[in-house]
Amino acid sequence: MYDIQHYYEAKSVEDAIRLRVEHPEAVIISGGSDILISIRSGDLAGCSLISIHGLDTLRGVSLDPDDTLRIGALTSFSHLMKDPLILEHIPVLAEAAGKVGGPQIRNIGTVGGNVCNGVTSADTASTLLAFDAEAELQGQKGKRRVPLTAFYKGPRRVDIEKDEIMTALLISSKAYKDYAGCYIKYAKRAAMDIATSGCSVNVKLTPGKDAIEYARVAFGVSGPVPIRISSAEEAVQGKPLTEETIELFAEHVRAGINPRTSWRASRDFRIQIQLEMARRCLRRSIERAGGEIVG
Amino acid sequence: MQVGKSVKRVDAYDKVTGRAKYTADICPKDTYVARIVHSTIAHGRVLKIDTSEAERVEGVVKILTCFDVPDIEFGTAGHPWTTNPEHQDIADRKLMNEHVRYYGDEVAAVIAKDEVAATRAARLVRVEYEKYPHVLDPLEAIQEGMPVIHEAFPDNILGHSSIREGNYQEAIREPGLIKIEGWYSTPSVQHSQIENHICYAYMEGGDRVTVVASTQIPHITRRITAQALGLPWGKVRVIKPYIGGGFGNKQDALYEPLCAWLCTQVGGHPVMIDSTREETFVSSRVRHAMRSHIISWVRPDGTFAARKMKVWSDQGAYASHGHGVVAKGMGAFPQIYPCPNVECDCWTVYTNKPSAGAMRGYGIPQTMFHNESHIDDIVTKLNMDPVEFRRKNSMPVGYVDPFSKNELYDDSFNQCMTKAEALLNFNRKRKLYANQTGPVRRGVGMALFWYNTAVWPISIETSACRMILNADGSIQLMLGETEIGQGQDTAAAQMAAQVLGVSYKDVHVVSTQDTDVTPYGSGAYASRQTYVGGFAIAQTGRILKEKILKHAHRLTRMPVDIIDIKDSWIVRKEDGRRLISLETLATETLYDIKHSEHIAAESTYSVQSNAYSFGASFAEVEVDIPLCHVRLLGLVNVHDCGNLINPQLAEAQVHGGMSMGIGFGLYEKMLFDEKSGRMLNDNLLDYKLPTTMDHPDIIADFVENPEPTSPFGTKALGEPPACSPAPAIRNAILNATGVAINDIPINPDQLFESFRDAGLLEGE
Ligand SMILES: Cc1cc2nc3c(=O)[nH]c(=O)nc-3n(C[C@H](O)[C@H](O)[C@H](O)COP(=O)(O)OP(=O)(O)OC[C@H]3O[C@@H](n4cnc5c(N)ncnc54)[C@H](O)[C@@H]3O)c2cc1C
Repeated sequence: MYDIQHYYEAKSVEDAIRLRVEHPEAVIISGGSDILISIRSGDLAGCSLISIHGLDTLRGVSLDPDDTLRIGALTSFSHLMKDPLILEHIPVLAEAAGKVGGPQIRNIGTVGGNVCNGVTSADTASTLLAFDAEAELQGQKGKRRVPLTAFYKGPRRVDIEKDEIMTALLISSKAYKDYAGCYIKYAKRAAMDIATSGCSVNVKLTPGKDAIEYARVAFGVSGPVPIRISSAEEAVQGKPLTEETIELFAEHVRAGINPRTSWRASRDFRIQIQLEMARRCLRRSIERAGGEIVG
Repeated sequence: MQVGKSVKRVDAYDKVTGRAKYTADICPKDTYVARIVHSTIAHGRVLKIDTSEAERVEGVVKILTCFDVPDIEFGTAGHPWTTNPEHQDIADRKLMNEHVRYYGDEVAAVIAKDEVAATRAARLVRVEYEKYPHVLDPLEAIQEGMPVIHEAFPDNILGHSSIREGNYQEAIREPGLIKIEGWYSTPSVQHSQIENHICYAYMEGGDRVTVVASTQIPHITRRITAQALGLPWGKVRVIKPYIGGGFGNKQDALYEPLCAWLCTQVGGHPVMIDSTREETFVSSRVRHAMRSHIISWVRPDGTFAARKMKVWSDQGAYASHGHGVVAKGMGAFPQIYPCPNVECDCWTVYTNKPSAGAMRGYGIPQTMFHNESHIDDIVTKLNMDPVEFRRKNSMPVGYVDPFSKNELYDDSFNQCMTKAEALLNFNRKRKLYANQTGPVRRGVGMALFWYNTAVWPISIETSACRMILNADGSIQLMLGETEIGQGQDTAAAQMAAQVLGVSYKDVHVVSTQDTDVTPYGSGAYASRQTYVGGFAIAQTGRILKEKILKHAHRLTRMPVDIIDIKDSWIVRKEDGRRLISLETLATETLYDIKHSEHIAAESTYSVQSNAYSFGASFAEVEVDIPLCHVRLLGLVNVHDCGNLINPQLAEAQVHGGMSMGIGFGLYEKMLFDEKSGRMLNDNLLDYKLPTTMDHPDIIADFVENPEPTSPFGTKALGEPPACSPAPAIRNAILNATGVAINDIPINPDQLFESFRDAGLLEGE
């Protein structure tokens, strides 16, 4: 039995915004797979909820006129795993969505909730970050866009105003065209687990497929929020597809990550696996982009 | 034959369709909900409890605290009672305790009209404590100057026992001996059964109190509840419906006594305690963490000259099953590899942690991990073959335990090893994996386990049974032994059917135990029920059959000794002729105008024997060194548990136990905050119970040597499957990487530490 005070159901995005304004103390519930946990644990016991679960216009993936990928905030992980546009343009996001929890959670959990929840371990967050995704938010004053790097303000703190909801995650065509990626989730068991660490890498190779034109890397659980490691990205720009390049990448990753020791895992252990994940993700991404690593 | 067949479970349809009723399904709608307020310090005294704010929450009925409970200390262990005061379980707790001894101890209970009100109010109860220093580690707790957890045990040692055989000191002087020594440890883990502990209580019939509980041991729980409340035993009634697993967690009185008492404090209105998962982790029971120091003196030919083992067992805050657990674990040590000169000592030590009780294997999984890891350390040092070494040293056929008189009648160990070796292709793979380099390596390992069925002669072993012949010729079977998911009701139906000459489908097992009507049986533990219950079923079945045949004689005029029951017919043995159906006989007899009789039989069997139940696990792993990750590629268990009553159920039982063994070896560990004593990972996210995705296709197989002491040739299978997978996996990792890891679980954190120490990881 959940301790919930009031429950308001939004009929449309506008209605949701009105409810937000009317009930500033109430919390948005989408799939509920994070919120209900907090209600049960006591952290949010007795709270009121605004449900956006019924807003079907925010479900699904489409292409904007400028070929920007528009991922509705309410799109479930299961949907992402099978969506033709995702599989065509950014299959690594389907890969990441497939690592979430188990089948039931992937059915109920939403990609918007994954990001808005503001935790560093969120499985789709590092991949979205690694593709320069932007959050689209709608409030009384209309819509605005925020790059995910800015959207995350700290653990469990994201850039959503009191009257706003997230409507979509957007990835521009420039960010995904000709990129291939790989996501490795490291967890202590093979399902139903939160990432000890997550690494998402993607690369675009030179037309001759003999060097890296551009590479991007993002980590979950390497800091309080998901992070990009731009020094590693810059270091391998234009570099040949060799094991040396991969080591160079790992070296810069090493300088950029800053995991902490908690009872869940030690800093040294996280560094060990994050470096290895970075290497393997880059190798895999290069292979998936059609390159071949020599040496 | 009714036994030895994989018939469908008698409860299959009910459980699959959801018709089977569990405690939460049957409690009355208006039942009050009690929420417990748990201590937020690991050790100290409750000075004051302020309930004023909590009492104002709408829906609260009553709040009771540790200052209100009866001044009675009681023991909770699910052991049968003994009238010998020296052997009685230690009574060291009240229903709620002013002297709190672990983070999570019960200090107050809020009774409310619903769960939300009870939970809200429980959060508002203010408890003031005087803090004492606490100690979490048993090896620390026995040092001088440590906080005393129970006044009656000033050194925190709850129990100590020893074994001395031959002369260890003398024997180690033999020239040319190789000394192998190691420390091995196993963690606190939790049963994690699906159904958390739940019970509700109500009063009726004047001052009698009934507790409906998810328990493995209804009759024992009744006794303990009565003791805790200071009531005559007959005033308490315990009813056990279907339960969602127990694995030993519910072989203890958990919240039944408290719930019964709370009910008496609100005029007998039904009160329910439905534990959360967090409460199940912290405030029910856990497996005893154990740490061993083992020394073996081995001759170059691989025989033992002398061996020594010391084990420390972490009891946690309250005695529960106490010293019996490590004593059993240690008892296996000199027997599995007999050696003329042995010294063993074990201690059970109180700490300020959750109480340890019974858990599948009862000390054996712990000491098997210690011992079987140690054996592979020897094998590695001597460069011997692990299977050959065990063939040479394991318990020989004909061995008799002087205490229990258990005898090894068959060559179980060798037969199980032979079968498991072939199933895993162990020898070939061991050769194949001999000289690997590179980041990802494979390995194979194996381990044996020792186990004995039931608890005689340490405790009584008794079981009572009642059978009633229905007018249609079917049988009602009532037994104190409980169905807890393992298939007990089905096995009982098959055994009864076998004795009576009817189909198991015509045996209606009354699954619910109700201490007002069900004959005494101690319940589900010690892998005892099929073995011990089998005696009661066989004996009661014979009595019933005799009665039936007497009536058959009256109705058919045939002498009793030339007739029998077969396929629910009275038949003449000589020519097999069907004389009268059991149905006709039953109807005629019940409705006979002059001789009407309800044909029934009831008897108790007090068992005075016990049986070894041995086996082995063989494992194959792949180790990803840089990622500090182990993938279990294969796991085989082979058991000699005597005749299989139901092969499919037996296999399922082994699968479940192996899964627990996998969790024990690779995943599970309760973590505690040193400073506060709080359990850190008290939920199924952070407590890494393995999922199906973490399991390979596990293989269970059997060697069926009929147990001569059992009427059905059967012996323990409930617990044994969990006893040997962990060391087999550990030994496979040793084989793959050359790294001997002596602390489980061998999870990524552990692998990282071990590989770093072994220099297998590239430096920073
Ligand atoms: C058993 C289990 C396993 C899990 N496993 C994983 C896992 O492996 N990997 C992983 O990343 N996560 C996992 N999760 C966490 C969770 O499922 C995901 O974070 C999921 O994406 C949350 O989405 P939701 O729609 O259910 O969120 P909700 O619980 O509905 O909301 C989460 C947060 O986001 C806010 N929010 C949601 N949608 C919006 C919106 N459109 N606009 C503004 N705010 C919004 C809510 O107010 C809330 O603060 C698991 C959870 C459970 C219970």
